[in-house]
Amino acid sequence: MCDTCGCNITDANHHLVEQGGKHSHTSNGDEAIEVLQNLLHENNHRAAHNREHFDRHQVLAINLMSSPGSGKTALLEATIDALNALPETQQLSIAVIEGDLETENDAQRIRDKNIPAIQITTGSACHLDAYMIHDALHELKLDGLDIVFIENVGNLVCPASFDLGHHLNVTLLSVTEGDDKPSKYPVMFRASDLNLISKADLLAVLDDFQVSKAEQNIRNLANPAPVLEISARDSYNKNGMEQWISWLRTQLDQYHEQLSRHQTLLPKIQHQAHQHEAAHSHSHESA
Amino acid sequence: MHELSVCQSIVQQLEQLAQDNHARSISRVIVDIGPLSGVEASLLERAFPLASSGTMAEHAELVTRILPIRVRCNVCGNENETPANKLLCSACGSWQTTLISGDEMLLRSVELEKDENYV
Repeated sequence: MCDTCGCNITDANHHLVEQGGKHSHTSNGDEAIEVLQNLLHENNHRAAHNREHFDRHQVLAINLMSSPGSGKTALLEATIDALNALPETQQLSIAVIEGDLETENDAQRIRDKNIPAIQITTGSACHLDAYMIHDALHELKLDGLDIVFIENVGNLVCPASFDLGHHLNVTLLSVTEGDDKPSKYPVMFRASDLNLISKADLLAVLDDFQVSKAEQNIRNLANPAPVLEISARDSYNKNGMEQWISWLRTQLDQYHEQLSRHQTLLPKIQHQAHQHEAAHSHSHESA
Repeated sequence: MHELSVCQSIVQQLEQLAQDNHARSISRVIVDIGPLSGVEASLLERAFPLASSGTMAEHAELVTRILPIRVRCNVCGNENETPANKLLCSACGSWQTTLISGDEMLLRSVELEKDENYV
């Protein structure tokens, strides 16, 4: 997973396979080699490159994940409108990478608002991976941008396992889906750095979705990430949209602060997993 | 179903390992899977023959080891096993815990059949 702290075994494990190293032989004479490498090593390597590319341009990359139809594109449209309504000094410059199995529809909706958008069509793949983002980045000029939103394929399962080189995970849970979704899809909701309860304008007519229950189910995954109610509809109160924009601004500030210390920003869960993998290989070294 | 993508990634790593170690083929592959990795071990086992077909890992046996989900409490320091959607401290009930095992997707070890020219 990492190329910086020395826990990446590809280069470091050479001594293991040398004579007298930690290699061993099985009863039939085969050589057994300890590897301790992430199964998605190649993807993670590519993701790290993507992240470096974002960092060189000081562009914060946010991975938006949710089930299909929870309002990711509508949220982006409303976000663009909300940003446009701000005084010029407070505006943020954004671009969008859209992931869907087919069609340019979502990218077109974003372009209709004069925001650059790259559409990735995955065919039958149920998630975006770091290679697809790499290709999209060839088409996207990052100069002058503040934030790139990556709208992942609508899917609460697979996207959570693939690092794209982004800095933050935002997960949407629409109120029509049920407040127990986090308990059903723990891998996804454990990964979020912010949870948006979308279509919150419908809460008034739904008696079976309780935001407090959704929040409790997210806490049960040991996830301390904020939970915000939000609606892309103009008619709904603007509070959620204001908090969302203010969250983005705070993250952007923290990201720039990290960059000034020559560090990057990782989704909280990857930060943990990273320490984790390091612990695995380090415990092996001391064994 | 992203287990096929994961398997393709494993096979890529296996071929590299075989090449680096002058192996003729790969006989056994051991992977560690935590339930919170998002990878389903049984699907991985089914996808592996597809992904490894025609490669040096074609006849390899894939062994998946499921690791337990364990957390350490940030409040009282207790460590315990938990189910996947309730990562709570069993001693004080807090949700403020840190996962110490259960999200792994790790290529643990590989058994290679050496090319005799290099032995």
